[in-house]
Amino acid sequence: MNWQAIRAIYVFEMSRFFRTLLQSFVSPVISTSLYFVVFGAAIGSRIDQVEGVSYGAFIVPGLIMLSVMTQAISNASFGIYFPKFIGTIYELLSAPINFLEIVLGYVGAAATKALFIGVVILGTSALFVDLSIQHPFAMLAFLVLTCLSFALFGFIIGIWAGNFEQLQLIPLLVVTPLVFLGGSFYSISMLPPVWQTISFFNPVVYLVSGFRWSFFGLADVPIGLSLLAIAGFTMLCLTIIWLIFKTGWRIRQ
Amino acid sequence: MPMVQINNVRKAYKDGFEALKGASLEIHEGEILALLGPNGAGKTTLISTICGITQPTSGTITVGGHDVVTDYRGARSLVGLVPQEINLEPFERVMNTVRFSRGLFGKPKDDALLERILRQLSLWDKRNNRIMELSGGMKRRVLIAKALAHEPRVLFLDEPTAGVDVELRRDMWEIVAGLKEAGVTIILTTHYIEEAEAIADRIGVINKGEILLVEEKTALMTRLGQKELRIELHDPVKALPAALADRGLRIEEDGQVLVYCYDTAQDRTGIATLVREVSDAGLVLRDLQTRQNSLEDIFVGLVSKQEDAA
Repeated sequence: MNWQAIRAIYVFEMSRFFRTLLQSFVSPVISTSLYFVVFGAAIGSRIDQVEGVSYGAFIVPGLIMLSVMTQAISNASFGIYFPKFIGTIYELLSAPINFLEIVLGYVGAAATKALFIGVVILGTSALFVDLSIQHPFAMLAFLVLTCLSFALFGFIIGIWAGNFEQLQLIPLLVVTPLVFLGGSFYSISMLPPVWQTISFFNPVVYLVSGFRWSFFGLADVPIGLSLLAIAGFTMLCLTIIWLIFKTGWRIRQ
Repeated sequence: MPMVQINNVRKAYKDGFEALKGASLEIHEGEILALLGPNGAGKTTLISTICGITQPTSGTITVGGHDVVTDYRGARSLVGLVPQEINLEPFERVMNTVRFSRGLFGKPKDDALLERILRQLSLWDKRNNRIMELSGGMKRRVLIAKALAHEPRVLFLDEPTAGVDVELRRDMWEIVAGLKEAGVTIILTTHYIEEAEAIADRIGVINKGEILLVEEKTALMTRLGQKELRIELHDPVKALPAALADRGLRIEEDGQVLVYCYDTAQDRTGIATLVREVSDAGLVLRDLQTRQNSLEDIFVGLVSKQEDAA
């Protein structure tokens, strides 16, 4: 294992993040605050409670998931797409490293950034609502796993993308709708039966549900199923990445 | 054992284009080999295949005894690559990007070494500049610094002086000479013949995916080196006088100049006799010039021969 290389990629990617630290920090704080003003104060005051939890607190896990997923995808996809775009990928391809090391470096850095933003949002939320976390370790595990699996997914998008439009395409057309329809801001049980059934085909439902369970002990689906879903998604992404490097698809001619 | 051994390497792209058609080449430790060829000859493909950027369709390549496919870690850790295009992250700082390269090749942090490299390339003052603030020549130096940062035993320079000014080209040649002294094996591609002539120990000529020849530069020059004697006449002639008809002379510049080709390697070049014969034929000489065939002539000759054969 070329640990030096993993470290080099990780440090290099993180330095891009630290260059724009203020931006990375301020934008989630502002957007979270906006969500609380709109959903918490304006709308939430008329909803009062969902399954015994105040609406303001209820949306916190979904809000964190929403940002963490989109951030993990955009960081990882940009991280690997950019070297392809400007040509510095030659160095990765000619270095004595294997696919696992490249993935660990890029995905590790993207997941770290997403995790940082998740924590910032959690902290900002605590300023607006009373939060109790019933299963802190499970919460952390879910958060880290989501960061990792969606960073892996983003990595695949970054390798697949042939231009900047394609880089935005999947997050915009697939991920954002799935997250919004995945029970981030409501409980699946609030939907009509037909839509409940449809929702269970949405993988994000399992993640948000599991994450919410770690906060309030409430879940739309059994927690074991949530864990299985995220483990399965991670495995699927890893397999696709392994195949990409094995065949050199979109990387090596 | 050669430092780099290339055995019958073919590379066909998906669209069917065959960039390498069974290239074989041995590169010795510590030498400077210039690969000379026109655009699209397969120079970059050959380098990319050795460095791991593309996979060979068939054939084998070893670097320092390590196969570049099956033992890629062993092979690639010996190799540094300076690409033809200036591929650098514009927002990065010089020191960061050089440090990154060292780490990527699995070498532990060594800022003293990086300082030496940056100083040698006159980049030390610019170490905290962003890449985008540098001139084109400086960027090229950064590419070299990145390749040297991980202490390669073999350095590939893909057209290091394409599109750079004369001064920078001289600098680049000096840098290459310095690296050779440090024991680095250097392979550079170029389509500037003067460049190969100026710095290489051996010269390989590649065209249309085939290596046409590889030879010591001096041997190549002697073997194929012909000289031309140009006889400028006082009064132009329309045709050669009968006495000179079988000497293989060529008339140029509207009969003002007679050109005679001869081989410097031969004992008797026939110049003295020829000059006497010209006078005897009643022609008045105004000037004499001799010209050594340059590598360029040799190169053009080889490439056009290949085209005739095809």
